[in-house]
Amino acid sequence: MAETTTEPTIEALSLVPKAEALQSMKDFKSDQEVRWCPGCGDYAILAAVQGFMPELGLAKENIVFVSGIGCSSRFPYYMNTYGMHSIHGRAPAIATGLASSRRDLSVWVVTGDGDALSIGGNHLIHALRRNVNLKILLFNNRIYGLTKGQYSPTSEVGKVTKSTPMGSLDAPFNPVSLALGAEASFVARTVDSDRKHLTEVLRQAAAHPGTALVEIYQNCNIFNDGAFDVLKDKQQAQEAVIRLEHGQPIRFGAQSEKGVVRDRATGDLKVVTVTAENEADVLVHDAHAASPTTAFALSRLADPDTLHRTPIGVFRSIDRPVYDAQMSDQLEAAIEQKGKGDLAALLAGNDTWTVVG
Amino acid sequence: MTSKVSSPAEQADSVDPRGETAPGADTPGGVKEVRRLDRVIIRFAGDSGDGMQLTGDRFTSETASFGNDLSTLPNFPAEIRAPAGTLPGVSSFQLHFADHDILTPGDAPNVLVAMNPAALKANLGDVPHGAEIIVNTDEFTKRPMAKVGYDSNPLEDGSLDAYNVHPVPLTTLTIEALKEFGLSRKEAERSKNMFALGLLSWMYHRPTEGTEAFLRKKFAKKPQIAEANVAAFRAGWNFGETTEDFAVSYEVAPATAAFPPGTYRNISGNLALSYGLVAASHQADLPLYLGSYPITPASDILHELSKHKNFGVRTFQAEDEIAGIGAALGAAFGGALAVTTTSGPGVALKSETIGLAVSLELPLLIVDIQRGGPSTGLPTKTEQADLLQAMYGRNGEAPVPIVAPRTPADCFDAALDAARIALTYRTPVFLLSDGYLANGSEPWRVPEADELPDLRVQFASGPNHELADGTEVFWPYKRDPQTLARPWAVPGTPGLEHRIGGIEKQDGTGNISYDPANHDFMVRTRQAKVDGVAVPALDIDDPSGEARTLVLGWGSTYGPITAAVRRVRTGGDHVAQAHLRHLNPFPANLGEILRRYDTVVVPEMNLGQLATLLRAKYLIDIRSHTQVSGMPFKAEQLADVLKEAIHG
Repeated sequence: MAETTTEPTIEALSLVPKAEALQSMKDFKSDQEVRWCPGCGDYAILAAVQGFMPELGLAKENIVFVSGIGCSSRFPYYMNTYGMHSIHGRAPAIATGLASSRRDLSVWVVTGDGDALSIGGNHLIHALRRNVNLKILLFNNRIYGLTKGQYSPTSEVGKVTKSTPMGSLDAPFNPVSLALGAEASFVARTVDSDRKHLTEVLRQAAAHPGTALVEIYQNCNIFNDGAFDVLKDKQQAQEAVIRLEHGQPIRFGAQSEKGVVRDRATGDLKVVTVTAENEADVLVHDAHAASPTTAFALSRLADPDTLHRTPIGVFRSIDRPVYDAQMSDQLEAAIEQKGKGDLAALLAGNDTWTVVG
Repeated sequence: MTSKVSSPAEQADSVDPRGETAPGADTPGGVKEVRRLDRVIIRFAGDSGDGMQLTGDRFTSETASFGNDLSTLPNFPAEIRAPAGTLPGVSSFQLHFADHDILTPGDAPNVLVAMNPAALKANLGDVPHGAEIIVNTDEFTKRPMAKVGYDSNPLEDGSLDAYNVHPVPLTTLTIEALKEFGLSRKEAERSKNMFALGLLSWMYHRPTEGTEAFLRKKFAKKPQIAEANVAAFRAGWNFGETTEDFAVSYEVAPATAAFPPGTYRNISGNLALSYGLVAASHQADLPLYLGSYPITPASDILHELSKHKNFGVRTFQAEDEIAGIGAALGAAFGGALAVTTTSGPGVALKSETIGLAVSLELPLLIVDIQRGGPSTGLPTKTEQADLLQAMYGRNGEAPVPIVAPRTPADCFDAALDAARIALTYRTPVFLLSDGYLANGSEPWRVPEADELPDLRVQFASGPNHELADGTEVFWPYKRDPQTLARPWAVPGTPGLEHRIGGIEKQDGTGNISYDPANHDFMVRTRQAKVDGVAVPALDIDDPSGEARTLVLGWGSTYGPITAAVRRVRTGGDHVAQAHLRHLNPFPANLGEILRRYDTVVVPEMNLGQLATLLRAKYLIDIRSHTQVSGMPFKAEQLADVLKEAIHG
């Protein structure tokens, strides 16, 4: 990459000033000591993000990380960019104000399953439907870590935690399904320990104009250790992970012997063993499909308890009008129609009278 | 609601409104008698669908352009179309206008226009004997009367003998006047409010061009409806001029002496506040960003600001109150003049974010148009009961300056003042208006550009601290020694990358710190910053210099209190008056002023919230006078309270 001189401009970031010099990972490390528990999945994500940022080539003073509350939300302190560690659940709202008023900024939201889906659920869905130019990284560890181990809105039913000694009664959210239902224009899922996949997803999210939601499965080794082992263990992952790549048939298994096809009876998706007869039926992944229906069906493939057949990658990436761009357009249109605001004329209005001394 | 019926001589501002004949006056038609009045209070009342607010607004505009001083009180139910013909469905608009300066919409109307039995019944208690009542007789039929509990027709049973009643078949006359327009009966009937407006415009010699132009503009896309309304308006005027029932018309001369030279317009509190925000953005040379969620009675500010995108104003209608202030705070971080607008219930939801703004030390305006509470309370009625919420309604020690406008037009200056404090001290600031100011209106002298304050700020542009080893660094919490404000370093500024958050910060560096001594220091420093906000000394109005009693108010009670003070002084008593704009911090001389008087009376539209603050801070026994009816104080009643305080 360092050799390239004419990098293609990423549309989503075209208004963000470029860095004057080449950057490296260490440019993005702040002077603050990282204070996550040793072994936390957050370290891997932090390293991946810091490692990926130089690739964007953006002036780092024009990058802002905004977070809520929770373990993941300490993230901004460790990035040598502008940052705000805000309050529980509200990061998407705060970031919306920043991104919609400053189009020269690359704004990232770091949040967790409790922050984004419980207390902040409302802001998340509305950010997604508005399609503000925000990149939301949702660290999903399926547990409340910072408050020491209560079940979260993504915890599996029956989970025994400090607040659910007899098992959780709540049906969990599927964050990808939720985002698709909220009209998200970009939805992806990746895993903390798969640096290469994580980076590739970040790359696509950064390039996406509008709100991008990236769910990152993240291990909490203190309160929910091994929650995603099935996706990480090489042997098991072959059966458990379905890697989505745009334009490629959706196949998985040690020998790619399994494939996703449409069930003709129900219209839903199902997994089959691929044979010469049915090979042509295997679904080709189309992240840009106008309808979110198939992406939604893909998001429902995984077994919520075992995580078998979990698709990772970009589920959906479509072009849709971007909120902050349209907001700016309206300001320009208003100036075109009415001229630049004249304060004296505004204050006087159309109905005045004069008192002479 | 009942209120004491009083003779006209006791009405607001202690002026007798009974007119004297003006022989040289311009007489419409040249035959009828014209009397000169120095002031009049008119109340239009009807169903919430009858267009009473529009009628009142138009009469106000006519009156403003004529040059009278005026003050208005719209009063309407929360329901958009409350059940027709019922008492809770009555909507009214009161207007007080005069040839001299006045302070309130008036205690009791000299003229009541009642469009139906419900409007008559709901308002009669406020109307003094001898006042004029114009009723729409067409609506006084069996069912509408029965609906509000009239067993017999009050127009015929003698129960209105003490009033000067003008029975007018408004509906019939309007339909008759519009018969050439080919409208359905129902359509034609809707113009009856314009007929009434025409009649009142004749009675009080109001200019009519403005209303006709207004109607043609409002119904530009339906010219037939526009002309029908103009015709109804003119028919009302002509009816007054020709019918014998209206033998007298009245003149109220322009209030030339009341106004310093200048250009004037009529303005409501919410409009003045909106303009104040646009002006503050202009004077600060910062883009205005409003994050808001619709709520009565604050929504008009969102509507108004959304019209001014050509001033670079961004308005964001958020998914909820929390997101409204969240987006504003995000924009503030980015260097905007950020505002959120709401009412009491919304403030409750925004509390946590206000605390974050206190901790981040970023400029942010929180506009609270107070309404009756608690909970949903009285959405369309006024109250001042959010003072303690603004003062203390957050976790931890989270001081926020509070500014309160005193009249509708003053909302403009108060908005500029709140912006000054927010920008200078890098702090959230409360602007506490209320429903009475928001919807009421009065003449406003349009300021010249050079009268507006310079609000420009300096963003941080480079390092502000040198480490022991000589390295130059940027410390986001290194303060200005005078104001204690921290630097405002906006994203996009190279070399100043920094992280801020709600966790306690180390003094100077802004890094996370759990150190006990540092926390103690930071809590005290944030408090000292707000305590040190520069606010002007409190002025005392005590013309005789002999007063032993002080009346102290804040916010929208200024008008009624001042009217009451005038009344007391006219009666020969001495009373001093002061009015607070700054509730946090208080003016430095407040304690000394309070101690100067034997008695301090504090009237408030709550259960004594300012009184509580004053007692706690100054250890002075305050005589708290409170009212939480959803309506403003009446000058006459306040005057009685003051007289009682003076004479013990």
